[in-house]
Amino acid sequence: MGAGDTVARLLREEGACVLATLIRVTGDIDLAQDAVQDAVVRALERWPRDGVPDNPRAWLTVTAKRRAIDVIRREARRADKEAEAVSLLDPVPEPAEVVRDDLLRLVFTCCHPALSTEAQVAIALRTLGGLSTAEVARGLMVPEATMAKRLTRAKQKIAQARIPYRVPAAEELPGRLKGVAATIYLIFNEGYAAGAGEHLVRVALSAQAIRLARLLAGLMPDEPTVLGLLALLLLNDARRGARLDDRGRPVLLPDQDRTRWDAAAIKEGVELVGTALRRTPDRPDPYVVQAAIAACHALAPSYADTDWDAVISWYDVLLTVQDTPVIRLNRAVAVAERDGPEAGLALAEDIGDLTAYPWWHATRAELLHRMGRASEARAAYEQALTLGMNDPQSEHLRRRLTELPT
Amino acid sequence: MPTYIALTYTAEVDWSQPEYADALREYVAFDEAHEAVLRGGHALYPTATATTVRVPDGKGGEPIISDGPYAETKEALTGFYLLECADLDEAVAIATKIPAAWHGTVEVRPVRPSLEP
Repeated sequence: MGAGDTVARLLREEGACVLATLIRVTGDIDLAQDAVQDAVVRALERWPRDGVPDNPRAWLTVTAKRRAIDVIRREARRADKEAEAVSLLDPVPEPAEVVRDDLLRLVFTCCHPALSTEAQVAIALRTLGGLSTAEVARGLMVPEATMAKRLTRAKQKIAQARIPYRVPAAEELPGRLKGVAATIYLIFNEGYAAGAGEHLVRVALSAQAIRLARLLAGLMPDEPTVLGLLALLLLNDARRGARLDDRGRPVLLPDQDRTRWDAAAIKEGVELVGTALRRTPDRPDPYVVQAAIAACHALAPSYADTDWDAVISWYDVLLTVQDTPVIRLNRAVAVAERDGPEAGLALAEDIGDLTAYPWWHATRAELLHRMGRASEARAAYEQALTLGMNDPQSEHLRRRLTELPT
Repeated sequence: MPTYIALTYTAEVDWSQPEYADALREYVAFDEAHEAVLRGGHALYPTATATTVRVPDGKGGEPIISDGPYAETKEALTGFYLLECADLDEAVAIATKIPAAWHGTVEVRPVRPSLEP
């Protein structure tokens, strides 16, 4: 790895923490973003030339703070603005603990219930995930102008209504947890649905989501939802090295080289699932159950040796707490593996209201393919291809289509 | 310290009727408990007493004065409080104690400080 790569990686890793600190001290998300951006540009100029400083985060924080002070001074007309700039000059406190805290504060600020769910996700992706407005818009499938307005409104509300930068008190945490967990999960998914061209950015997103889940687990170490969320992210991320081939095409679970899975992440994820289940009351949390399913896959020596009985039982449990057509479809796939494609197809066709979902057609196509019903399989592949998915995914379906007997 | 207004939207209440005595006591208890942050507030007469004023031609134009806000909804603006709080969380925490929040809606909004010309 060259010096430039090291610098780029460090900047990605430290960026959100530095931003969180700057937002705390300035109380202004836009100003903080500009100041951090400026510090990053300086680091890109200096670090490759002079070497990376001993404490990159402190360097970035101090540089960004100086920049923010300059901006505030330049704009300052009123006395209180000047006082604000001077107070920023106070020495930077011990970074590690404070920054950890700042990042959590920012998570809870982005996920404040006074913001709409759409705004929560958008602002979390922008500030915690470091995505540009255009990337957030693309990720959430919203026109860029709409996203820009949504972000502006959210930032204004944080400033004008004074949504505080704080980690809520212990008794408030459970009430906030649902939104926070959902947002972290969405940040992870943005990274997980990797498009080949944006590989680096997306990996940083998944890593950021895992880091946030860890912070949350540190805050609520007994909460099954949090342990389940962290386990789910770790188990899914463990497969990263095997999910794309050397040409950047997706490799599906049955064909993945399991020796390329991250054994340490799997071990940690499986242990977390165990802890979460031991602490689970009568009604299990959906993240815990999804993590248990992911653990079944992670522990199987090969796809053929997967414990399908266990997978299907976990899907049955999941359906009692979260009954959605997509979960029914995933259960049908597991049933097809255990009881044959006919059984899976019957279940899939029973779901019914997924005709707009490309993977419903793709699943039917795959099962029909295995049953030798080539013309029906062809029609289903073609139907799936009309419904929009990313390029590598549609390429995979086209390849399967050419493997059908004519 | 920022000021917030808490606008209460509830079914219309005629406070002079004896069956509202208990509800009135709840409001009195709220007032006493949150004296420290209350900077004002009143119940309003019912929407039937409201008059709407507009000057559609702008400054100096012909005013249109009409009856009501014609609320057909079950909940109408029935009162307000001014609260001085450190941040939104504190204002929201107090708003949950306003009896209107238990059988209606309370809208909490920051009051904009006076603008300098």
